[in-house]
Amino acid sequence: MKIFATYNIKGGVGKTSTAVNLGYLAARDGFRVLLWDLDPQGAASFLFRIKPKVKGGGKAIISGARAIDAAIKGTDYDNLDLLPADFTYRNLDLLLDSAKRPERKLARLIDPLKAEYDLVFLDCPPSISLLSESVLHAADVLLVPLIPTTLSVRTLDQLAEFVAGFNGHRPEVLAFFSMIDRRKRLHLQVSAELPESRAGFATTAIPALSLIEQMSVRRAPITAFAPRSIGARRYADLWREARQRAGL
Amino acid sequence: MRNGSCEFVLDDAAAGPDELVAAALEPGSDVSWADGGPVRTCRRAWLDTFDWRLYRAGLTLEQVSGRGFADLTLTGRDGEVLATERIGAGASGVRWPSLLSGLPSGPLRELLEPVVGVRALAPVARATSRIDERRALNAEAKTVARLAVDRMSVTFPARAVVPPRLSLAPVRGYQGQADRLGHALAHVLGISSGSGSALDAALAAAGRRPADRGGKGAEVQLTPAMPAPVAMVAILDALVDTIEDNVTGAVRDIDTEFLHDLRVAVRRTRSALKLAGHCLPVGLARRFRPEFRWLGDLTTPTRDLDVYLLSLPGMIAGLVAASEADLVPLRDYLARSRAAAHRDLARGLRSARFARLIREWRTELAAVRPSRKDQTVARLADGRITAANRNVLRTGRLITAASPPADLHELRKRCKELRYMLELFGSLHDPARRWQAVRELKALQDCLGEFQDAQIEREEIGVFAERMLAERSATAATLLAMGEIAAGLARRQRHARSVFDLRFADFAGPASQARLAALARTAAA
Repeated sequence: MKIFATYNIKGGVGKTSTAVNLGYLAARDGFRVLLWDLDPQGAASFLFRIKPKVKGGGKAIISGARAIDAAIKGTDYDNLDLLPADFTYRNLDLLLDSAKRPERKLARLIDPLKAEYDLVFLDCPPSISLLSESVLHAADVLLVPLIPTTLSVRTLDQLAEFVAGFNGHRPEVLAFFSMIDRRKRLHLQVSAELPESRAGFATTAIPALSLIEQMSVRRAPITAFAPRSIGARRYADLWREARQRAGL
Repeated sequence: MRNGSCEFVLDDAAAGPDELVAAALEPGSDVSWADGGPVRTCRRAWLDTFDWRLYRAGLTLEQVSGRGFADLTLTGRDGEVLATERIGAGASGVRWPSLLSGLPSGPLRELLEPVVGVRALAPVARATSRIDERRALNAEAKTVARLAVDRMSVTFPARAVVPPRLSLAPVRGYQGQADRLGHALAHVLGISSGSGSALDAALAAAGRRPADRGGKGAEVQLTPAMPAPVAMVAILDALVDTIEDNVTGAVRDIDTEFLHDLRVAVRRTRSALKLAGHCLPVGLARRFRPEFRWLGDLTTPTRDLDVYLLSLPGMIAGLVAASEADLVPLRDYLARSRAAAHRDLARGLRSARFARLIREWRTELAAVRPSRKDQTVARLADGRITAANRNVLRTGRLITAASPPADLHELRKRCKELRYMLELFGSLHDPARRWQAVRELKALQDCLGEFQDAQIEREEIGVFAERMLAERSATAATLLAMGEIAAGLARRQRHARSVFDLRFADFAGPASQARLAALARTAAA
């Protein structure tokens, strides 16, 4: 089982769109996929029309009182299941803090699912916290969407440095540009320069498109409702790169 | 319920399901139906062995073929999927009937191996399904269940149309909503809850029942008061059915069990004629015994080589000095010899002599009439089991440490006769008592079988070596490897001989004999 995580300290950069679309594409390729919506805002759950509610909340999941697989819901798509968000996930840091070796807790929770799923996508909330640390330790590939600004460069450097300090298992970091607005000079400049100065940067960039924003209206991945659109094709390209990085 | 899903059948084969399905939704319900995509057509084949080993073990193996693909799925008793395997379609796929060696290695084959064994898998039914899917949506327009409407046309074993079958499968995490919908569907007029599998439905529509034949033939149901000739005719009829059932498979060489089961039925017939032929019309047994002996002898060369080829992997695994590659010429030689023997067998089973034997035997059996002075089958069974047991004891007690292998072979034959008598008249006995009564006999037979098989295989490997030398197909390495096999066989035989006295003493001991005597008496009572 391979674990992908979409992560960025900033919000609104396209983490959920990436998790939802890549999860859908992986399932379409025949992988058995679980997407865990860890964000208490529940955007991924909303996109799949699933109530952002887990019986017993985050506490039941973290404490092991409720088996993780009992909370899983099927999406409308074959091979793609979702572990919904819950508003109590806002307290996951506190719950993890009381757990033994909290930075490994998420990996331990996911481990029993390896017989049932080939891939897990973790859709993280925008934060730097004990939860994100646990996500970074669990993941095999970190998908890091970046809006092409100078600050994004700093964020990526900080993340790379943090991950490099891990003992043992370290995730592959696959950064890519997201929400590129071709009318903005800074976007074009940064997106042209940064990949040249940083190793392992994805060649695929996701443009800012109104059709991608339409996902929240249609409540479905763009790769499902407009598979031939530019946005869907870029996500397909990104999935190919992510697969390769994960050795799939 | 299969995999948490509910199964239904439309009562009227011509009925359109849409109105019926819509009727399941209560007024004001927040559930609605939506189209589930284009209609899918697939070809289906259910596979099993000739003697329905999968069905009897509660397993179903189904092949679903579409454009360019074929999937094999093994399911358990409650419909849970145990393993699936994608195999090529058309020319690149598996051609049925096929032995398990024709399937790709993997979890599916591993699960099938202990059940299917050396038997071939072949279609027991074929059908074409047109599957039309609908989705049940909740208030959020989220799919909570999928309803598949399956219109199935059976093409084998006979053409038939199956009433449309509905299958309501919950989406994970929405079992409650799916259950409520399933409950509502079950109360719609024109829809009935269905519990049978698609295979059961296909066979029922084609006028067949699953597991309607067994390899060695079903046990004949006898009643103690039945006149002996009537019972004997029932037994012999069932045996000739088994012989005929297995002829096609043996001639087409589908798997080695067809010939084995045919041989067992012939041996049982011969034993029945020898030990109980006197209750048939005068001269009948004497007239047919030589012909059944001919039939038995016809099958022997092929079966002996089958046994050798089947036991070869085990012999190879036991090699210490030689390697598997050294025995490739032996395997090739055995395969060539077996092909030649099978040609003779097939010729014999297609011959006028065989057809005449079966035809005349059936005619004679049909003409047997009981008379008032006939003994009952219970008395016949008692007498025959007692006599066969006496023969075993007499032959066995004469065996000493100096007895030649032929004497042990004679004893093995007497044991087989006793076992056949116990099996042929088995329906007169309590199954638990019968199992206990044959325990020691079975152990003795196993010991004698091991001794005799090792003896024959040792003699045969010497013959093979001479013939291979004559035709220059054996290298020195091959002959050395064959020598190692012969040594292994000699060890096996010595071991079997060393435990014989103990096995026979157990069988001939008072506890075992009392159980056999009690069994014979219960039938007569």
